[in-house]
Amino acid sequence: MDKLSDHLIVFEDVSKFYGEILGVNRVTLSIEPGITSLVGPNGSGKTTLMNLMTGLIQPTRGRVTVLDYRADHPELFFRKVGYCSQFDSFPAGLTGFEFIRSYLLVHGYTKQQAQDLAWRALHRVDLIEAAHRKVAAYSKGMRQRIRLAQAIAHGPSVMILDEPLNGLDPMARSETIRLFRQLAAEGLHLIISSHILHEVDMMSDRVILLNNGYVVAEGDIRGVRDEMEEHPMQILIRCDRPGVLAARVFEQDSVVEARIHKDRHGLFIKTRDADAFYLLLNRVVLDDGLNVESVSPVDDNLDAVYQYLIGSSGEAA
Amino acid sequence: MSTPTEALNFEAPQMGSRALWLRQVGAILRLEVRKNFMGKRAILLYLIAAFPVLLMAALSVELGSRVGSPGNIGEANIIFANLYEGLILRTIVFFGCAWTFMNLFRGEVVDRSLHYYFLAPVRREVLVFGKYFSGIVATMILFTITTAGSLMFLYIGLGSSGMGYLGNGPGKGQALAYLGITWLACVGYGAVFLVIGLFFRNPMIPALLAYGWEFINFLLPPVLKKISVIHYLHSLAPVPVPEGPFAMVAEPTPAYLSIPGLLIFTAVVLALASYRIRRMQITYGGE
Repeated sequence: MDKLSDHLIVFEDVSKFYGEILGVNRVTLSIEPGITSLVGPNGSGKTTLMNLMTGLIQPTRGRVTVLDYRADHPELFFRKVGYCSQFDSFPAGLTGFEFIRSYLLVHGYTKQQAQDLAWRALHRVDLIEAAHRKVAAYSKGMRQRIRLAQAIAHGPSVMILDEPLNGLDPMARSETIRLFRQLAAEGLHLIISSHILHEVDMMSDRVILLNNGYVVAEGDIRGVRDEMEEHPMQILIRCDRPGVLAARVFEQDSVVEARIHKDRHGLFIKTRDADAFYLLLNRVVLDDGLNVESVSPVDDNLDAVYQYLIGSSGEAA
Repeated sequence: MSTPTEALNFEAPQMGSRALWLRQVGAILRLEVRKNFMGKRAILLYLIAAFPVLLMAALSVELGSRVGSPGNIGEANIIFANLYEGLILRTIVFFGCAWTFMNLFRGEVVDRSLHYYFLAPVRREVLVFGKYFSGIVATMILFTITTAGSLMFLYIGLGSSGMGYLGNGPGKGQALAYLGITWLACVGYGAVFLVIGLFFRNPMIPALLAYGWEFINFLLPPVLKKISVIHYLHSLAPVPVPEGPFAMVAEPTPAYLSIPGLLIFTAVVLALASYRIRRMQITYGGE
């Protein structure tokens, strides 16, 4: 029977030091299938976590398993795992097709299998036409895509992608995100680091926020946001009579601030209990015939969570 | 970017089988041999390998006029023996192997491309052997041409007697012995430099120390002489080369001991390389 850990990426009290420099410290995580994004400023430990997952570096302390496999058994491990690293470098002299096929041959596939898998991977990243051009002549976006193709070519169950959207034009970004969503829907683990918060917000099932080598929060964005009690939720209600609503909201102790919008067609509130506020809003609509145009949480997103937890001083990377 | 249009349900290669390892070694060999011959680092190797041949070509006319009679083939043998041991074996093959084998791993760290191998489902020991054999193939081919080319030019200078000596006479056996020594040098030095490339961030310093150790081998006491590659190769020379008045005399090791001895030494060094690579981490930024 399958164990739970057969489906998880597990960090058990993992620390990594580079000499005296901290990479990550005391990380304990269980990552489920779906898209998980690693977010944090430069030097927060995102790439270190990815390199630990794939065995490129070894933990100073603790243990990492991916679907219950360890990276020190590469024959098993890398059948399940594909890693698109941030290293923008390639073996010299190879075309895109040769690059993918050569490493599939190293996997142990036959020539025919390697060729078929290479074409399929190139097709997925839309590089068929450039397949026979030297990788050295590729643009940054094409190099990014060929690395992605190399990581997915053998059909891994876990894909680890370090800044996979870097260098891609908007169309390619959108197509790549679509591909990620599709792979996640097929039951794959996708671990992605990205510095573009709204894209992370859009595509992730959950996030892991890192700062200075520590995990500062993890879970789905809304869940993380709800747990931040020291930062009341900000909600903007566009309505015809904001004054009526403002008079009622202070019935709740959890509402800490209410401000009428300067165009007099909206109310901005801060509350520690968003669910209670929504119930109140329903009552006001029924009791007072308030005409509500829209209700929008202002800081219920990754950008806000990031700002609260890590601060504006740390540029996301 | 496209979505998958067809499923490719290949059986994953069977793990742990000798057939898989051989296939993986073959794939690594193909990639690496290509790099060894076609990469930018190959240019220096070609220059190193070509130097003795060009030197012998330039000198062949002069040597021919000096030792051009059949009776002087013995003198030509001594000239070649000295040239072979002093230049080809101790310098050309030594530094050619250093350049090739140290770059097998170190070069990929510098180029930041080693991680592609480390992220493949291949045992790291298999990677060591694949890369080592690719170095053996490259150096054996090049230095066979160097050794054979140098021999040819020397004996061409002796005219038909020289060619006859080399083609059908005792020179044929000598030529094969020199080629054998060259191949064994590639095997032994290759392993040493592979492991140096794995252990040291700047492998040129230990390579020069190794060169110094090999160079002063004739001064070392018999026990220390045996901790070197040149001692075993020197013992196999078809034409003995005197080591000078300051040499510490040691019994030459017979071929039936020196060849297995060198191969055992190589196996031990490769085992050390395998041990090292299993613990190797990729931190290009720190290199």
